[in-house]
Amino acid sequence: MNPFTSSKPIDDDDSSIIQDKALIMSGYGINSEAETQSALLRAGMEADIVHVNDLISGRYKLSDYRLLVFPGGFSYGDDTGAGNAYANRVRNNLWDDLTRFLEEDNLVLGICNGFQILANLGLVPAFDRRYERSVALVPSQKGVLECRYVTIKPASTSLWTEGIEKIVCPISHGQGNFFCSKEVLSELKRRKMIAFTYCRDDLSPADGQYPFNPNGSIADIAGITSADGKVLAMMPHPERAMDFVNEYDWPLQKERLLRQQLPVPKESANMKIFRNIVGYFR
Amino acid sequence: MAYVHRIEVRYNTDPRLKVRTERIRSLGFPIDELHVIEVYTISTNLRDFSPDELHDIAALLTNPVVESFTIDKATIANFDTAIEVGFLPGVTDNVGTTARQTIEDYTGRKFGPGEGVYSSLLYLALGRLTPEQAQKLSSTLANTLINRVHIKTRKEYGTEGMDIVVPLVKLPDLPSAIEVDLETEDEELVRIGKEGIADPGTGLRRGPLALDLAQMHAIRDYFRSEGRRPTDVEIESLAQTWSEHCKHTIFASPMDDDMPEGLYKTCIKAATNTIRAQKGDKDICLSVFSDNSGGIIFDDEYLVTHKVETHNSPSALDPFGGALTGIVGVNRDTIGFGLGAKPCINIYGFCVGDPESSPDLYRGENRTNPVLSPRRILDGLVSGVGAGGNCSGIPTPQGFAWFDDRYIGKPLVFAGTVGIMPRTDGVRKLYEKCARPGDYIVMAGGRVGKDGIHGATFSSEALDPESPVTAVQIGDPITQKKLSDAIVNEARDRCLYTSITDNGAGGISCSVAEMARECNGCHVFLDKVPLKYPGMAPWEIWVSESQERMTLAVPPEKLDEFMELLATRDVEATVIGKFTDTGRCVVEYNGTIVMDVGLTFLHDGLPVKFLKTSPPGKGKAGPLPQVPENLEETLLSMLKRKNICSKEFISIQYDHTVLGGHVLGPLQGTGRVQGVASLTRVLPGSDRGVGLSQGIFPSYSEIDAYRMAVACIDTAIRGLIAMGVPLDKIAILDNFCWCSSDEPERLAQLKDAALGCYDGATGFQTPFISGKDSMFNDFSGFDGENNKVKVSVPPTLLISSIGVHPDITKAVSLDAKIEGDLVYLVGETRDEAGGSEYYAHLGVTGGNVPSIDIPAMKARYQRLTSAIMHDLVASAFPVTHGGVAIALAKVAIAGRLGMDITLSGELRPDIILFSESLGRFIVTINPDKKRSFELAMGSDITLIGRVTGKNLQITGPSMRISIPVSELEASYKRPFREY
Repeated sequence: MNPFTSSKPIDDDDSSIIQDKALIMSGYGINSEAETQSALLRAGMEADIVHVNDLISGRYKLSDYRLLVFPGGFSYGDDTGAGNAYANRVRNNLWDDLTRFLEEDNLVLGICNGFQILANLGLVPAFDRRYERSVALVPSQKGVLECRYVTIKPASTSLWTEGIEKIVCPISHGQGNFFCSKEVLSELKRRKMIAFTYCRDDLSPADGQYPFNPNGSIADIAGITSADGKVLAMMPHPERAMDFVNEYDWPLQKERLLRQQLPVPKESANMKIFRNIVGYFR
Repeated sequence: MAYVHRIEVRYNTDPRLKVRTERIRSLGFPIDELHVIEVYTISTNLRDFSPDELHDIAALLTNPVVESFTIDKATIANFDTAIEVGFLPGVTDNVGTTARQTIEDYTGRKFGPGEGVYSSLLYLALGRLTPEQAQKLSSTLANTLINRVHIKTRKEYGTEGMDIVVPLVKLPDLPSAIEVDLETEDEELVRIGKEGIADPGTGLRRGPLALDLAQMHAIRDYFRSEGRRPTDVEIESLAQTWSEHCKHTIFASPMDDDMPEGLYKTCIKAATNTIRAQKGDKDICLSVFSDNSGGIIFDDEYLVTHKVETHNSPSALDPFGGALTGIVGVNRDTIGFGLGAKPCINIYGFCVGDPESSPDLYRGENRTNPVLSPRRILDGLVSGVGAGGNCSGIPTPQGFAWFDDRYIGKPLVFAGTVGIMPRTDGVRKLYEKCARPGDYIVMAGGRVGKDGIHGATFSSEALDPESPVTAVQIGDPITQKKLSDAIVNEARDRCLYTSITDNGAGGISCSVAEMARECNGCHVFLDKVPLKYPGMAPWEIWVSESQERMTLAVPPEKLDEFMELLATRDVEATVIGKFTDTGRCVVEYNGTIVMDVGLTFLHDGLPVKFLKTSPPGKGKAGPLPQVPENLEETLLSMLKRKNICSKEFISIQYDHTVLGGHVLGPLQGTGRVQGVASLTRVLPGSDRGVGLSQGIFPSYSEIDAYRMAVACIDTAIRGLIAMGVPLDKIAILDNFCWCSSDEPERLAQLKDAALGCYDGATGFQTPFISGKDSMFNDFSGFDGENNKVKVSVPPTLLISSIGVHPDITKAVSLDAKIEGDLVYLVGETRDEAGGSEYYAHLGVTGGNVPSIDIPAMKARYQRLTSAIMHDLVASAFPVTHGGVAIALAKVAIAGRLGMDITLSGELRPDIILFSESLGRFIVTINPDKKRSFELAMGSDITLIGRVTGKNLQITGPSMRISIPVSELEASYKRPFREY
């Protein structure tokens, strides 16, 4: 079964706009803020795109928001390591606000460059709220950026992954090869912190096989949560495939549906992850 | 006193080690491992860092999970040869800049003049290399034009490691403007025009101005009438403004007796004017030719822009830097359109030699200064465009790579950008702009260095080790991204400026003088321009082509708000003068007027040139051999031709999904076939999309340049039609990359091609909205035996197309969809294989280049659009390079489905299979829709078979082909599998 071709409306969740707002970080080469904003809005949450310098200057306050998003991008051109320079900017200037935010009932999402930033900040895995770097996103084995559609599936149940069977969406990174020590990996597994793994089209494990596991990540890891589950960091980009026509094989699926005289959906099932996030605040 | 420290960062286990080592081994170096250490050299003057601070700084630059560092201590490792590659003084060092910002953020103290952080890479090679091999490896890892290289053996490296190098630019202080005497012999005027002004200090010439005698006379006469000698600033400025690059003299000059207005006005602009008049209220053009990009209607509220640039000369020297500055440069043509459009799609095009060849060509005598190999050029171009687009967050779904050995001396690099902006902000039309007298001239973005001064000059031999590199520029996409975000996301909508333009060729000398036309004057203070390093002469500041800069006109009442906004976005902006209405371009430097020239003379004083053409000799048509015995083998070989096979390795290195607009991307179908067109949603929530495609047939030019141009236009249009973009929503762009444009025969081909452009564009009613030409793509140098050689590119025209798709949910992809579907050939095949990929495969020259009946095509395309909008079409793919057989193979591979095809006709079977007749498509449809489809399409379609089985079977008069689709796919993907 392919959820993107499901004949009934993909989601009958309430899409009305909630009170709580999201803050999407921008600046210094972050580039996926607009599509992240529209994914959240479609799921029912307004989001402000805020330049990191406007947070530092106090023009915006993190405490006015419930969800903090580090979106995809190429902050500082990946110089000194992907996500590293932006993480340094945040750590050197916003650390107290950030830790306070994490202590409250709030969520943090990092996608792609956002994952790299969160890993460098130590916001994931953050075992026992120790914010130190213990996982890394290192260069892919092929050594260059690669952009392609991948299939990922939830590897644990959490507020983020509830009701999701799989997500088919693009990756686009040169440094998304997940690495950590054996001890950290077994801790991630034991505490069910692996959120998503790369898999084959039939949802069987990628087992490190290229291109299903596109970058050489250990244990096919595509995303993890923090130990307390309130932070999700993932390399693939569900926000880039929110509509049916954003799916790689939509022309084929559409042709099949038309011949079965079934309606063609407008939205992709990937929206579920954003509806889950907004659902948490409902 | 300088305090210098060196931090080395290395991976504990390097994930790229294997791939990197294999790549170097494949180039013939006997190494076992090639490690890379990142090096940061930190140099301060005012105070030293304490050991604790240094430790913290090193930690900030290191990921402790996978890396470790040393401070002022050599990395200990098992290796035989160490090669350190850093930048030469003054070359853009993005990593060094980021490291500096991180350190500044941590210490809370800004680095001052003469202080800095410099990055370099230390390669440690394990394996026995001879000194010559080590030298050769270093030239593979570095480009001596921009890099400094230091090699040590393990023994020399010892325990101390590499030497500390601070690549600081050192220049004599504060040179000023000089007067130049033009009241002299013509011989000296010619020399000044050719070799440049003689430097008073050294007597050395400053490099070509590319001014001919008539132009030098015009300048001399002008200053005679002004009653004074010109300054070097004025002469350099005129040379820039009057250059072929800026004024397009060959397209603008009267040609023969029948084109007194020149090619551009007679063929290109006239085509657009005619079409706009004919289309009346269906005209899609909003802004054509007058701005940095062309703009067409997207919907009632938005417009889209397009512009395609070439960046050939810099890319021949430094492919990575050339391609990178090419793409970020054309992004600025978007930001500089109207009051600032937002870049939303990038495109690329590369014409290079066969990457498997290694040409024996040298720029200098005695085998000195070899040209880069086509492989090296291709790799550099691919990663340059990738770095530019990926870092800027602009998707790059569309492009091509074309291979021909005539590009070995000079590759062609095309880079284009589509932008989007609202048509109005309620008050102003955002696609119009006008600087006003009294507005401040503000330069924003990067600083000015000696980059790109006389960019065309190749003078590396004369470079002093401490002088900055001038011939090539390296882009800094992040600086530009910050600038772009601040302008198009914020400053534009807050109405903080009245005009904006890009600093490209000629730097501020061209951008300010161009904007000064809007208000009729400017007054610039050159000493206000922020510099990368001290010691630049005023003329250098004025014409420098340092990247990532825009010039804006900011009204006095908005200045504070504008400057504050840019400061908070970490973008440097500086007031460098005021716009006036004096009719003059006045430039001051430290209180002295160094330029004062009338705008009329500056822009229109260029003496008129008359161009003559003479028809080129017709090449002989080679004999056509017998039909190959084994057409199956021929088809597989054709699929492996580099101009036909998959170049997926390029597509996937480019982020084509950012901004969430992917609809039909660079790869389509389960079999991942590269399409000829792409479709992108550029406005969230809209049903409309932007289709992009192109047409290029350099192999037709020498046979018939007129038909070549028509073929380019038809192909560029047809790619969009196949996806469902209606003909009346398509506009086109031209890029002429010619050779030897001072030869009457080449000019005759140019004229033919331009006439083809007029007929093609007006025939299809697709207006030209923008264009750019590059007229001298010739390489002059020496071969291995020291003979003088000239290698000219084939006359190359790229036609790019842009069209607005009304409903992306109706778009059609190229892959065969479902077993049992019917396969149609739309259009007819004729004996038109001249210049084709098939003839190239056979080594046959000459022959019939395809021609078309445009009115018939127009009707056909409109019928296909209607069929697509009625959901009658399951897949559609234009027949282009390689003919019907290649198109069928690609449709089958993409769907991973077989087809049973019957082709009929009087022609030879190989011609039926591979002729490149224009106007054709392969279409597959649901059998239930047969009646409706045939009714919609009328008479010019042929039912040629069905989608079925696992093989592509083609039968016809004396031919029978049956090849498993998996085998076709393997051949299609083989040539670039290892790239």
